[in-house]
Amino acid sequence: MAEHILPKRIYYTIFGILVFCTYLTWQVAYFDLGPLNTIVALAIAVFKATIVVLFFMHVRYSTRLTWAVVLGSVFWLGILLALTMSDYLSRGWVPLS
Amino acid sequence: MLPEAVHEYSRALAHQFDDAGQQKEAATLGMWVFLVTEVLFFGGLFATYLVYRNWYPEAFTAASREMLVWAGTTNTFVLITSSLTMALAVHAAQTGSRRLLMMFLVITMALGCVFLGIKAFEYYTEFVEHHVPGLGFQFEAAQFQHAQLFFSLYFVMTGLHAIHMIIGLGIMSVMLWWAYSGVITPEYTNPIEISGLYWHFVDIVWIFLFPLLYLIGRHVHG
Repeated sequence: MAEHILPKRIYYTIFGILVFCTYLTWQVAYFDLGPLNTIVALAIAVFKATIVVLFFMHVRYSTRLTWAVVLGSVFWLGILLALTMSDYLSRGWVPLS
Repeated sequence: MLPEAVHEYSRALAHQFDDAGQQKEAATLGMWVFLVTEVLFFGGLFATYLVYRNWYPEAFTAASREMLVWAGTTNTFVLITSSLTMALAVHAAQTGSRRLLMMFLVITMALGCVFLGIKAFEYYTEFVEHHVPGLGFQFEAAQFQHAQLFFSLYFVMTGLHAIHMIIGLGIMSVMLWWAYSGVITPEYTNPIEISGLYWHFVDIVWIFLFPLLYLIGRHVHG
Protein backbone atom coordinates (compact mmCIF):
# COMPACT_ATOMS: atom_id res chain seq x y z
CA MET A 1 0.00 0.00 0.00
CA ALA A 2 1.43 3.33 -1.04
CA GLU A 3 0.74 5.07 2.24
CA HIS A 4 2.65 7.42 4.40
CA ILE A 5 3.77 6.02 7.75
CA LEU A 6 4.66 8.96 9.96
CA PRO A 7 7.74 8.54 12.13
CA LYS A 8 6.91 8.30 15.85
CA ARG A 9 9.10 11.34 16.47
CA ILE A 10 6.37 13.54 14.94
CA TYR A 11 3.74 12.16 17.32
CA TYR A 12 5.95 12.80 20.36
CA THR A 13 6.68 16.35 19.16
CA ILE A 14 2.98 17.12 18.65
CA PHE A 15 2.22 15.64 22.07
CA GLY A 16 4.87 17.88 23.65
CA ILE A 17 3.38 20.98 21.98
CA LEU A 18 -0.13 19.96 23.14
CA VAL A 19 1.03 19.53 26.74
CA PHE A 20 2.80 22.89 26.67
CA CYS A 21 -0.27 24.62 25.17
CA THR A 22 -2.55 23.08 27.81
CA TYR A 23 -0.23 24.34 30.54
CA LEU A 24 -0.21 27.77 28.86
CA THR A 25 -4.04 27.91 28.60
CA TRP A 26 -4.35 27.00 32.26
CA GLN A 27 -1.74 29.53 33.52
CA VAL A 28 -2.76 32.45 31.30
CA ALA A 29 -6.36 32.14 32.55
CA TYR A 30 -5.27 33.54 35.93
CA PHE A 31 -3.96 36.80 34.45
CA ASP A 32 -6.46 39.58 33.89
CA LEU A 33 -6.22 40.46 30.20
CA GLY A 34 -9.71 41.91 29.99
CA PRO A 35 -11.64 40.71 26.94
CA LEU A 36 -8.43 39.18 25.61
CA ASN A 37 -8.67 36.27 28.08
CA THR A 38 -11.26 34.43 26.01
CA ILE A 39 -9.58 35.32 22.72
CA VAL A 40 -6.20 33.99 23.90
CA ALA A 41 -7.80 30.81 25.27
CA LEU A 42 -9.68 30.20 22.02
CA ALA A 43 -6.64 31.01 19.88
CA ILE A 44 -4.62 28.38 21.75
CA ALA A 45 -7.52 25.90 21.46
CA VAL A 46 -7.78 26.48 17.70
CA PHE A 47 -4.02 25.98 17.35
CA LYS A 48 -4.19 22.73 19.37
CA ALA A 49 -7.13 21.46 17.32
CA THR A 50 -5.29 22.32 14.09
CA ILE A 51 -2.16 20.33 14.93
CA VAL A 52 -4.28 17.39 16.12
CA VAL A 53 -6.16 17.42 12.79
CA LEU A 54 -3.04 17.86 10.66
CA PHE A 55 -0.74 15.34 12.34
CA PHE A 56 -2.63 12.95 14.67
CA MET A 57 -5.46 12.69 12.14
CA HIS A 58 -3.01 12.68 9.19
CA VAL A 59 -4.93 15.30 7.21
CA ARG A 60 -1.66 16.98 6.22
CA TYR A 61 -0.87 13.79 4.28
CA SER A 62 -4.40 13.17 2.99
CA THR A 63 -5.86 13.75 -0.47
CA ARG A 64 -7.32 17.08 -1.56
CA LEU A 65 -10.82 15.64 -1.35
CA THR A 66 -10.30 14.98 2.38
CA TRP A 67 -8.91 18.50 2.77
CA ALA A 68 -12.04 19.88 1.11
CA VAL A 69 -14.33 17.98 3.50
CA VAL A 70 -12.33 19.06 6.57
CA LEU A 71 -12.27 22.71 5.50
CA GLY A 72 -15.96 22.40 4.64
CA SER A 73 -16.75 21.53 8.27
CA VAL A 74 -14.90 24.64 9.46
CA PHE A 75 -16.64 26.76 6.83
CA TRP A 76 -20.14 25.59 7.78
CA LEU A 77 -19.36 25.96 11.47
CA GLY A 78 -18.32 29.52 10.64
CA ILE A 79 -21.66 30.16 8.92
CA LEU A 80 -23.52 28.72 11.93
CA LEU A 81 -21.68 30.93 14.42
CA ALA A 82 -21.49 34.07 12.27
CA LEU A 83 -25.14 34.19 11.25
CA THR A 84 -26.32 33.33 14.76
CA MET A 85 -24.20 36.04 16.33
CA SER A 86 -25.02 38.61 13.63
CA ASP A 87 -28.57 38.37 14.94
CA TYR A 88 -27.96 38.23 18.70
CA LEU A 89 -25.13 40.77 18.85
CA SER A 90 -26.95 43.35 16.72
CA ARG A 91 -30.20 43.31 18.69
CA GLY A 92 -30.91 46.73 20.07
CA TRP A 93 -28.63 48.51 17.61
CA VAL A 94 -31.63 49.89 15.78
CA PRO A 95 -34.45 51.18 18.03
CA LEU A 96 -37.79 49.73 16.98
CA SER A 97 -40.31 52.56 16.55
CA MET B 1 0.34 -17.08 21.83
CA LEU B 2 -1.55 -14.79 19.51
CA PRO B 3 -3.67 -16.44 16.83
CA GLU B 4 -2.37 -16.43 13.26
CA ALA B 5 -3.03 -13.30 11.25
CA VAL B 6 -5.96 -13.68 8.87
CA HIS B 7 -4.71 -13.19 5.32
CA GLU B 8 -8.06 -13.17 3.68
CA TYR B 9 -8.22 -11.35 0.36
CA SER B 10 -11.84 -10.31 0.73
CA ARG B 11 -11.15 -8.82 4.17
CA ALA B 12 -8.13 -6.80 3.13
CA LEU B 13 -9.66 -5.50 -0.10
CA ALA B 14 -13.41 -5.43 -0.70
CA HIS B 15 -14.37 -6.33 -4.26
CA GLN B 16 -15.88 -2.95 -5.15
CA PHE B 17 -12.51 -1.17 -4.87
CA ASP B 18 -9.76 -1.08 -7.50
CA ASP B 19 -6.97 -1.13 -4.95
CA ALA B 20 -6.17 -0.73 -1.26
CA GLY B 21 -5.40 2.97 -1.71
CA GLN B 22 -8.87 3.66 -3.11
CA GLN B 23 -10.43 1.63 -0.30
CA LYS B 24 -8.51 3.59 2.31
CA GLU B 25 -9.52 6.87 0.68
CA ALA B 26 -13.18 5.84 0.79
CA ALA B 27 -12.96 4.82 4.46
CA THR B 28 -11.17 8.01 5.48
CA LEU B 29 -13.54 10.21 3.53
CA GLY B 30 -16.60 8.46 4.96
CA MET B 31 -15.34 8.95 8.50
CA TRP B 32 -14.61 12.62 7.85
CA VAL B 33 -18.09 13.19 6.42
CA PHE B 34 -19.48 11.72 9.65
CA LEU B 35 -17.14 13.94 11.69
CA VAL B 36 -18.43 17.01 9.79
CA THR B 37 -21.93 16.20 11.08
CA GLU B 38 -20.42 15.88 14.56
CA VAL B 39 -18.69 19.26 14.23
CA LEU B 40 -22.04 20.88 13.43
CA PHE B 41 -23.82 18.87 16.15
CA PHE B 42 -21.45 20.19 18.82
CA GLY B 43 -21.32 23.51 16.92
CA GLY B 44 -24.97 24.14 17.74
CA LEU B 45 -24.21 23.74 21.44
CA PHE B 46 -21.18 26.02 21.21
CA ALA B 47 -23.37 28.62 19.44
CA THR B 48 -25.91 28.38 22.29
CA TYR B 49 -23.09 28.82 24.78
CA LEU B 50 -21.81 31.85 22.85
CA VAL B 51 -25.23 33.56 22.83
CA TYR B 52 -25.91 33.11 26.55
CA ARG B 53 -22.35 33.88 27.54
CA ASN B 54 -22.69 37.23 25.73
CA TRP B 55 -26.03 37.94 27.34
CA TYR B 56 -25.07 36.98 30.90
CA PRO B 57 -21.28 37.34 31.22
CA GLU B 58 -21.29 37.93 35.01
CA ALA B 59 -23.37 34.84 35.77
CA PHE B 60 -21.23 32.68 33.47
CA THR B 61 -18.03 33.95 35.08
CA ALA B 62 -19.39 33.35 38.58
CA ALA B 63 -20.71 29.87 37.73
CA SER B 64 -17.49 28.89 35.94
CA ARG B 65 -15.52 29.69 39.10
CA GLU B 66 -17.36 26.80 40.80
CA MET B 67 -15.81 24.26 38.41
CA LEU B 68 -13.02 22.02 39.71
CA VAL B 69 -10.06 23.38 37.73
CA TRP B 70 -7.68 20.62 38.82
CA ALA B 71 -10.12 18.03 37.49
CA GLY B 72 -10.61 19.77 34.15
CA THR B 73 -6.88 20.34 33.69
CA THR B 74 -5.99 16.77 34.65
CA ASN B 75 -8.62 15.46 32.26
CA THR B 76 -7.20 17.61 29.44
CA PHE B 77 -3.76 16.04 30.01
CA VAL B 78 -5.34 12.57 30.22
CA LEU B 79 -7.14 13.05 26.90
CA ILE B 80 -4.17 14.41 24.95
CA THR B 81 -2.07 11.54 26.30
CA SER B 82 -4.75 9.11 25.08
CA SER B 83 -4.59 10.82 21.68
CA LEU B 84 -0.84 10.18 21.62
CA THR B 85 -1.28 6.49 22.49
CA MET B 86 -4.02 6.26 19.84
CA ALA B 87 -1.66 7.73 17.23
CA LEU B 88 1.01 5.25 18.36
CA ALA B 89 -1.54 2.42 18.05
CA VAL B 90 -2.11 3.42 14.41
CA HIS B 91 1.66 3.47 13.90
CA ALA B 92 1.96 -0.01 15.46
CA ALA B 93 -0.82 -1.29 13.17
CA GLN B 94 0.91 0.15 10.09
CA THR B 95 4.27 -1.38 11.03
CA GLY B 96 2.66 -4.71 11.91
CA SER B 97 3.52 -4.92 15.63
CA ARG B 98 0.38 -6.54 16.99
CA ARG B 99 1.59 -6.65 20.57
CA LEU B 100 2.33 -2.91 20.53
CA LEU B 101 -0.99 -2.25 18.80
CA MET B 102 -2.88 -4.14 21.50
CA MET B 103 -0.84 -2.50 24.26
CA PHE B 104 -1.51 1.00 22.95
CA LEU B 105 -5.23 0.27 22.47
CA VAL B 106 -5.43 -0.95 26.08
CA ILE B 107 -3.58 2.16 27.35
CA THR B 108 -5.88 4.41 25.28
CA MET B 109 -8.95 2.71 26.75
CA ALA B 110 -7.51 2.88 30.28
CA LEU B 111 -6.94 6.63 29.89
CA GLY B 112 -10.50 6.96 28.59
CA CYS B 113 -11.71 5.25 31.76
CA VAL B 114 -9.58 7.56 33.93
CA PHE B 115 -11.18 10.54 32.17
CA LEU B 116 -14.69 9.20 32.79
CA GLY B 117 -13.82 8.42 36.42
CA ILE B 118 -12.67 11.99 37.08
CA LYS B 119 -15.76 13.31 35.25
CA ALA B 120 -18.02 11.12 37.42
CA PHE B 121 -16.30 12.48 40.54
CA GLU B 122 -16.96 16.04 39.28
CA TYR B 123 -20.64 15.29 38.65
CA TYR B 124 -20.87 13.82 42.15
CA THR B 125 -19.26 16.96 43.64
CA GLU B 126 -21.63 19.22 41.71
CA PHE B 127 -24.60 17.17 42.87
CA VAL B 128 -23.48 17.46 46.51
CA GLU B 129 -22.90 21.22 46.13
CA HIS B 130 -26.40 21.75 44.66
CA HIS B 131 -25.14 22.83 41.26
CA VAL B 132 -27.42 20.56 39.24
CA PRO B 133 -30.12 22.69 37.56
CA GLY B 134 -33.62 21.84 38.72
CA LEU B 135 -32.48 19.51 41.51
CA GLY B 136 -32.44 21.82 44.52
CA PHE B 137 -30.15 24.22 42.67
CA GLN B 138 -28.46 26.76 44.93
CA PHE B 139 -26.51 29.83 43.89
CA GLU B 140 -26.18 33.47 44.95
CA ALA B 141 -29.58 35.09 44.42
CA ALA B 142 -28.47 37.71 41.87
CA GLN B 143 -27.20 35.10 39.42
CA PHE B 144 -29.56 32.24 40.32
CA GLN B 145 -31.42 31.91 37.01
CA HIS B 146 -28.53 32.60 34.67
CA ALA B 147 -26.10 30.40 36.57
CA GLN B 148 -28.57 27.56 35.98
CA LEU B 149 -28.20 28.24 32.26
CA PHE B 150 -24.43 27.85 32.56
CA PHE B 151 -24.76 24.60 34.50
CA SER B 152 -27.39 23.27 32.06
CA LEU B 153 -25.01 23.89 29.17
CA TYR B 154 -22.14 22.41 31.21
CA PHE B 155 -24.02 19.18 31.90
CA VAL B 156 -25.36 18.81 28.35
CA MET B 157 -22.02 19.53 26.66
CA THR B 158 -19.82 17.45 28.97
CA GLY B 159 -22.52 14.76 29.14
CA LEU B 160 -22.68 14.41 25.35
CA HIS B 161 -18.90 14.45 25.28
CA ALA B 162 -18.82 11.67 27.89
CA ILE B 163 -21.31 9.64 25.82
CA HIS B 164 -18.94 10.01 22.87
CA MET B 165 -16.11 8.77 25.09
CA ILE B 166 -18.18 5.72 26.12
CA ILE B 167 -18.97 4.96 22.45
CA GLY B 168 -15.25 5.40 21.73
CA LEU B 169 -14.44 2.82 24.42
CA GLY B 170 -16.88 0.42 22.72
CA ILE B 171 -15.22 0.98 19.34
CA MET B 172 -11.76 0.44 20.85
CA SER B 173 -12.95 -2.80 22.46
CA VAL B 174 -13.90 -4.09 19.00
CA MET B 175 -10.54 -2.87 17.61
CA LEU B 176 -8.74 -4.69 20.42
CA TRP B 177 -10.61 -7.89 19.53
CA TRP B 178 -9.82 -7.44 15.83
CA ALA B 179 -6.16 -6.79 16.63
CA TYR B 180 -6.05 -9.90 18.83
CA SER B 181 -7.84 -12.16 16.36
CA GLY B 182 -5.64 -11.11 13.46
CA VAL B 183 -8.13 -9.15 11.35
CA ILE B 184 -5.80 -6.14 11.47
CA THR B 185 -2.70 -6.62 9.33
CA PRO B 186 -0.20 -4.10 7.94
CA GLU B 187 -2.18 -4.41 4.67
CA TYR B 188 -5.49 -3.73 6.42
CA THR B 189 -5.27 -0.98 9.04
CA ASN B 190 -8.30 1.10 7.99
CA PRO B 191 -10.47 0.19 11.03
CA ILE B 192 -7.74 1.30 13.45
CA GLU B 193 -7.11 4.50 11.49
CA ILE B 194 -10.71 5.66 11.24
CA SER B 195 -11.44 4.68 14.85
CA GLY B 196 -8.44 6.86 15.66
CA LEU B 197 -10.03 9.75 13.74
CA TYR B 198 -13.10 9.45 15.97
CA TRP B 199 -11.01 9.32 19.15
CA HIS B 200 -9.00 12.42 18.14
CA PHE B 201 -12.21 14.27 17.29
CA VAL B 202 -13.59 13.63 20.79
CA ASP B 203 -10.29 14.97 22.14
CA ILE B 204 -10.68 18.14 20.04
CA VAL B 205 -14.17 18.78 21.45
CA TRP B 206 -12.67 18.67 24.94
CA ILE B 207 -9.85 21.04 23.89
CA PHE B 208 -12.57 23.67 23.35
CA LEU B 209 -14.80 22.71 26.30
CA PHE B 210 -11.97 22.98 28.82
CA PRO B 211 -11.21 26.74 28.56
CA LEU B 212 -14.82 27.74 27.87
CA LEU B 213 -16.27 25.92 30.89
CA TYR B 214 -13.47 25.82 33.46
CA LEU B 215 -11.30 28.88 32.92
CA ILE B 216 -13.48 31.85 31.95
CA GLY B 217 -13.78 33.21 35.50
CA ARG B 218 -10.28 32.62 36.80
CA HIS B 219 -8.82 36.06 36.12
CA VAL B 220 -11.48 37.77 38.25
CA HIS B 221 -10.04 38.24 41.73
CA GLY B 222 -11.94 38.28 45.00
